[in-house]
Amino acid sequence: MLDALQGFVHELRTAGLPVSMTENLDAMRAIENIDISDREVFRDVLGATLVKNHRHRPAFDTVFEVYFSLWAVSPADALAAEANQSTPSGGGATGEMSREELAQMLVDALLNMDRDALARLAAMAVNMFAGIEPGRPVGGTYYLYRTLRQLDFDELGSRMMGQAQKADPLDGDPLKERFQREEFERRLRDLRTILETEIRRRLVADRGVEAMARTLRKPLPEDVDFMHASREEMVSLQQAIMPLTRTLAARLAQRRRRLHRGQLDFRRTVRASLSYGGVPAEPKFRHPHPSKPEIMVVADISGSVASFARFTLQFVYAMASQFSKVRSWVFIDGIDEITRFFDESDDVLEAVQRVNSEADVVWVDGHSDYGHALEIFHDRHLSEVTPKSSIIILGDARNNYHASQSWVLGALRKRGKHVYWLNPEPLGYWDTGDSVISDYATYCDGVYECRNLRQLQSFVTTVAEG
Amino acid sequence: MADRFATVEQVIDDLRRVDYLADTAIASVVYIADRLEKPVLVEGPAGVGKTELAKAMAAVTNSRLIRLQCYEGLDEAKALYEWNYKKQLLRIQAEREHETEWSDMETDIFSEEFLLTRPLLEAIRSSEPVVLLIDEVDRLEIETEALLLEVLSDFQVSIPELGTIRGTQRPIVFLTSNNTRELSEALKRRCLYLHIDYPDIEREKDIVRVRVPEIDDELAEQIAQVVSSIRKLDLKKSPSISETIDWARTLLFLGRSSVSPENISDTLSVLLKYQSDIAKAEKEFSTDPDAKPWGSVGGSVAKRKP
Repeated sequence: MLDALQGFVHELRTAGLPVSMTENLDAMRAIENIDISDREVFRDVLGATLVKNHRHRPAFDTVFEVYFSLWAVSPADALAAEANQSTPSGGGATGEMSREELAQMLVDALLNMDRDALARLAAMAVNMFAGIEPGRPVGGTYYLYRTLRQLDFDELGSRMMGQAQKADPLDGDPLKERFQREEFERRLRDLRTILETEIRRRLVADRGVEAMARTLRKPLPEDVDFMHASREEMVSLQQAIMPLTRTLAARLAQRRRRLHRGQLDFRRTVRASLSYGGVPAEPKFRHPHPSKPEIMVVADISGSVASFARFTLQFVYAMASQFSKVRSWVFIDGIDEITRFFDESDDVLEAVQRVNSEADVVWVDGHSDYGHALEIFHDRHLSEVTPKSSIIILGDARNNYHASQSWVLGALRKRGKHVYWLNPEPLGYWDTGDSVISDYATYCDGVYECRNLRQLQSFVTTVAEG
Repeated sequence: MADRFATVEQVIDDLRRVDYLADTAIASVVYIADRLEKPVLVEGPAGVGKTELAKAMAAVTNSRLIRLQCYEGLDEAKALYEWNYKKQLLRIQAEREHETEWSDMETDIFSEEFLLTRPLLEAIRSSEPVVLLIDEVDRLEIETEALLLEVLSDFQVSIPELGTIRGTQRPIVFLTSNNTRELSEALKRRCLYLHIDYPDIEREKDIVRVRVPEIDDELAEQIAQVVSSIRKLDLKKSPSISETIDWARTLLFLGRSSVSPENISDTLSVLLKYQSDIAKAEKEFSTDPDAKPWGSVGGSVAKRKP
């Protein structure tokens, strides 16, 4: 058992979770105190001792499932084995079931929420539809997809609704219908999890724990690369934004309050010196009121970097309270101010969607032209740049061999406070091909690689501290 | 002192006796914290019963609850101990007449008699069983967090003039955090971690029934269902358990025996505190639920081509 635990902890560390020596020891002591055949308790206890950040919990759950899936003898196991044995003898109808029969049984089991039956049926469904090929180094997503496509959740759902209504008509009460629907959605989601677990379990049995863990290893939310995030990863990133910005905002506000480097307050110093016989032993300072920076974001939203730009805009606007003013522009080869979208609605996501559909950013051909966009920005808005404004430019500086017009940045920097550039490409790709980042870098106060949430967060801290 | 509970189930049962409905996750962590004698760091959205858990534990174990409410600017003098310098001054003046040796006097005025105990020290020195609740740790500055470390890991306090004061018993310790900032690694390492989320429908219904005993089963269930589907919306602030309970009381007070769309929109302001959230929820409950496809459950995998 302890060996298994060590392997488990090692895998957690490889996946990027910070597990310290103490925590490891705690976990060992903890499992001596519990009945480890109760999987749920076992998992919760390991989670409590090893994972101290809620965002890391999904990663923990995946690893846990892989490492300890073979441990518990699930009812599906025993029954599936039984079913397999009975098939050759021709006795059981279970082995030769059609899709239709299986679907009907699933609907019945879902309606009664019979967990044993569900597990058994899920095992059967995986047998029939997943077509697992031994030895293939895959994570199981494809098998799950195949099974789900065959089962057709849409149909299962409407069948459940139909049957439930036959048994107990809800008098067309929309509210009750809604609850029932939500309840069934939850059950279907459970079924999906059961299927996934079943597939994982088989893959682990086939390929071994370590190999499986390696295939399933995913970056933690804060390390996901913006440019290559899958849709699910994007969703988890979206969810991570709000708490992160709140955390960041709280810290910045605290720091701003506590900064004590004000000018000498002559009057109060003299006043205080009276108690030391006129010796100014205790200098007093004015509390400074550091002004919040004003932010101007100029973002490239051409295909390659669009998700990065959208994400960063969302992040910046979620933190708007930390800045005195936020204005934003998007461009491809033309440029358009989008501040109005964010002003009109307090839902950042909605605003970002409107940017996608309504902003007028194409001038000639819809290929990025930083030079032209910057030139227009210069002509229209240079007069609005004040010594308080920090300008942040988002993009990969891949200019399609147009003129870079980098002098614009020089002009902006002269008038404004700072000019920063965030590049979502890995450092190694800079200045390769049509990337002219170093051309622009000459005029920037800083060019930052910004590929994941962690880097974005540290950058925002830098800017907000001004 | 440990081994207050024999099994995880016993934790659940005991907590239920004092009207706190714990799920297995909560009970397992409480159980193992008791066994390992470690503090528990409880995180989660506002109003899911983090503080309530500590209170319930105090009731279950017949202990005194000592609470340290954290805030920005909390320091040693308010969290650990302070010398009662006025009393010390008095003593020095009183001693003037009898020419006491300075060293005697020093040992005298730095004795326990002149010590003002603050929550942490009080919890350590207490002879009766104690549950220590350190509420909203995330409000402390990172530097001040260090104050807690000695107490949390060894359950002792070092006072330079007196030496180290060790606890006679290990109290149960809870720290709560609303996650407004990341706590330091050092603090997290010393604690077990428990994340409490919003309860599922079943548990929330039970909570409503326990807290509002005069409510009937059906209404409680409907309330839990509505709240759960409101929480699914993308809101600025999701309704907390305490708001669910308030809502249940409101409906009861207004004499509504069942939940209907009109009832919901009438009383939404009890559940939701932002105008934009209220508008969103109203819109959601007035439209036809059948508009959504079931595919949302099959999720992204079903739609993604391999």
